[in-house]
Amino acid sequence: MTATAQTAAAQTAPPRRSLTVLDARTRRRNAAEARFRLFGLMAIAVGIAALFILLASVLANGAGSFRQTFLFLDVHLDEKVLDKSGTRDPEVMNKVTTIGYGKIVDAALKDAIAKNGIAIEGLTDKDVSDMISKEAAALVRDRVLADPTLVGQTIAVKVLANGRIDGYLKGRVTMDSAERDSNVSPNQLRLADAMIEKGLLVKSFNWGFITGPDASELRPEAAGLGIAILGSAYMMLVVLVLSLPIGVAASIYLEEFAPKNRFTDLIEVNIANLAAVPSIVFGILGLAIFINFAGLPQSAPIVGGLVLTLMTLPTIIIATRAALKAVPPSIRDAALGVGASKMQAVLHHVLPLAMPGILTGTIIGLAQALGETAPLLLIGMVAFVRDYPAAPPEGFFDPAAALPVQVYNWTQRADPAFVERASGAIIVLLVFLMVMNAVAILLRRRFERRW
Amino acid sequence: MTVSLLLVVVCAIAAAGYLLGRSRARAASGGDTRKLHSLIGYHGQSVLLFSAVPALILMGAWLILQPMLIEGRVAGQITAADIPEGGSPALVMSDVRRIAEGLDLLGLDAGEMAALGADPAQAGARLAQAGIALGSEIRPNVLAAALDYRRIADGAGLAMTVAVIAAALAGLALSLRRITADYRARNVSERFVLVLFIASSLVAVLTTFGIVASLVVESVHFFRLYPARDFFFSLTWNPQFRGGSDLGIWPLLWGTMYVSLVALLLAVPVGLMSAIYLSEYASGRMRAMVKPAIEILAGIPTIVYGLFALVTVGPFLRDWFAQPMGLGSGSSSVMTAGLVMGIMLIPFVSSLSDDIINAVPQSLRDGSFGLGATRSETVRQVILPAALPGIVGAILLAASRAIGETMIVVMGAGAAAKLDLNPFEAMTTITVKIVSQLTGDTEFASPETLVAFALGMCLFVFTLGLNVIALYVVRKYREQYE
Repeated sequence: MTATAQTAAAQTAPPRRSLTVLDARTRRRNAAEARFRLFGLMAIAVGIAALFILLASVLANGAGSFRQTFLFLDVHLDEKVLDKSGTRDPEVMNKVTTIGYGKIVDAALKDAIAKNGIAIEGLTDKDVSDMISKEAAALVRDRVLADPTLVGQTIAVKVLANGRIDGYLKGRVTMDSAERDSNVSPNQLRLADAMIEKGLLVKSFNWGFITGPDASELRPEAAGLGIAILGSAYMMLVVLVLSLPIGVAASIYLEEFAPKNRFTDLIEVNIANLAAVPSIVFGILGLAIFINFAGLPQSAPIVGGLVLTLMTLPTIIIATRAALKAVPPSIRDAALGVGASKMQAVLHHVLPLAMPGILTGTIIGLAQALGETAPLLLIGMVAFVRDYPAAPPEGFFDPAAALPVQVYNWTQRADPAFVERASGAIIVLLVFLMVMNAVAILLRRRFERRW
Repeated sequence: MTVSLLLVVVCAIAAAGYLLGRSRARAASGGDTRKLHSLIGYHGQSVLLFSAVPALILMGAWLILQPMLIEGRVAGQITAADIPEGGSPALVMSDVRRIAEGLDLLGLDAGEMAALGADPAQAGARLAQAGIALGSEIRPNVLAAALDYRRIADGAGLAMTVAVIAAALAGLALSLRRITADYRARNVSERFVLVLFIASSLVAVLTTFGIVASLVVESVHFFRLYPARDFFFSLTWNPQFRGGSDLGIWPLLWGTMYVSLVALLLAVPVGLMSAIYLSEYASGRMRAMVKPAIEILAGIPTIVYGLFALVTVGPFLRDWFAQPMGLGSGSSSVMTAGLVMGIMLIPFVSSLSDDIINAVPQSLRDGSFGLGATRSETVRQVILPAALPGIVGAILLAASRAIGETMIVVMGAGAAAKLDLNPFEAMTTITVKIVSQLTGDTEFASPETLVAFALGMCLFVFTLGLNVIALYVVRKYREQYE
């Protein structure tokens, strides 16, 4: 028999049917099934992987910002430089600028290098003084002006190292990149190595990052989040104080009292649409209405708070209405049955029972508002602010930054050290969000009642 | 009197009113409170509401209207000659306001103030010492206007204090007088509270009105300075702050659509497939673990995604795709912004489609399984067609989100406005340009800043349109099964 005849026979023979052997069509269908399942799993894997990479990249970039390189120096506060009159009068001493203090700090560092027997070939004076952050002189100055009796003594100070040196310790700056960088020389890095060996240069936890004000483009090592955190806290206070009462009042009306008519339909449609309006449009609203029309100051937490309130209201209203709806009608009926008025039934009975749900919704709304950036850019929160706002209520009108806007601000600067700062700020932001969401979940677990 | 002190005073009057109302009601009952129509607490509450609320409303309205009215009166003193070249009346007015505030800070008495008012150069020097930076030299008219502004503002502040306290006391006295044994204090105060509730629910309407009004007014302003035909039909975007700009919306619109398209191409398949898997295949335990994890993505602020695009995704795409393929050399690109935005939209698509898939009745699935279909055949041939309108709605909602998203594109897409097909090229979107044209600018005089409002208007119309269509589609679909 030839090969062709064989295949012909196989084709004409009736297909073997058996329950244990799958036919081609079933196999195809099963393969399609497995493929479909695999696609589903892959989609989930993509989602989870995206989450993981996102968080990992932020953590990897930002963890370093919480630790900073410091120099330990014994600074001799020379009377001849700091207080020529010898009167210790702060008014007079105020005239000595940070340049004078800078020289003293430089001298202290040179002194320390010599004392520890560090010798680097070709090390210039500029190399040495550039090891120290420009912020160090201001720090020493503040300390002396606060306590003029220190003049003439030698004090131990812990000052920030220059951002590039900090970058070297964190692996951002290498010998190769230092060759090409005009802001740092390889000699400085060699000096840094020697100083680490002697314990003069140490990396430690940096509270200044969390509490300090922002710093200028040239001193990333000193930039902190203090004002941004304060500004965000003020805004959240405004949002909470305004949106919770207004949101709850509006939801009570819509859910419990509103007749079904054109007017309430209009309100409902409005709320649904507001929830979907892009956040930047709220920024335009804030700019046009609150700043230009009502004349409120720019970059003030009050304006940010008002804009975020309007954005948060739909979230709170939707959550509150769901919570009110979840209270069974029997509660209302019982209250009405023993003679309560409609308002009494709602305020005395329904509202307290709905409170956990309302608070959960409010916290989630606040968490959303805390991370919102775009509208704040338009109302001037990007401004560079170095003075802490005053205590509320006056502080609501002082210029301040906001946590997410500070992140954006830092990403717009040239020095790569600011990228680390921005990621660090995001970690702080995410920690706040996590705490808020955890509280919301706890509230829900602890107080939610199923009827 | 400062505003916060005035607030405290009003609250104190209201609290006193509460106590007075209670005691008056008790007195009216002749010692037996059962004779009253309402509990004494409601009598107190009605007095409290009538004394506090009108006074506070008056105060709020006064604070908003006062600066506008004063500016209207002062503006007459400023002549065309006082407006520097390239400036605007609004700019001069803000100088007036700043000088007035600065003079307040100096804390001078009346005589010194008058002397300073006659000598603009001296005034400028003193203000500079106090840390008030002024753009240019102070002109005599501007200084006079500032002094007037201060005088009127002082007078108005006093008038407000008097008026607000008078309103509070009048409300207190009037409501107190009405208290008798038969006074229906509960009904009155409940009605009052209901009115407050209705007013609160009107905030949403007012917000929409505010948005539309501010967009329309400034857009009209813009179209008066710049021809609408060029805005809607020109293919170049090239703003020049010296004038003669090309402000065509098409390059921005193209960038917006392109980025959104890339985002949806990632988010829709991934979101939809994971929703299908979670609702049709996954075990309860897997669902309980994966669903919250994906929803975390929805809770992450967009600025985090923006940084992710800037620091991680952008350089990665540049080094591994754009440069080796010779398609581009920048880390900002449509691809960067689109992919990151797609990640942001995954939970949005997946939770919406999850709801929709779960809304498909179980009987349809059972019928399909009964006919011998596999799970995937059931999904593809029964569930998806049944859920299609809802899924289309979800995609439209996601598209509206993508179009309105700002931070990711600001940090990931770049700023160059061009019509290009290369996804590794930097392009820009409507939202990016709104931010860049408006940031830090509040004097809306030139078409270059006002164009942001016209762009905002377009954005608002697009997203609103998409939402309305999406809600319509979803609602229509729901009617089939409920």
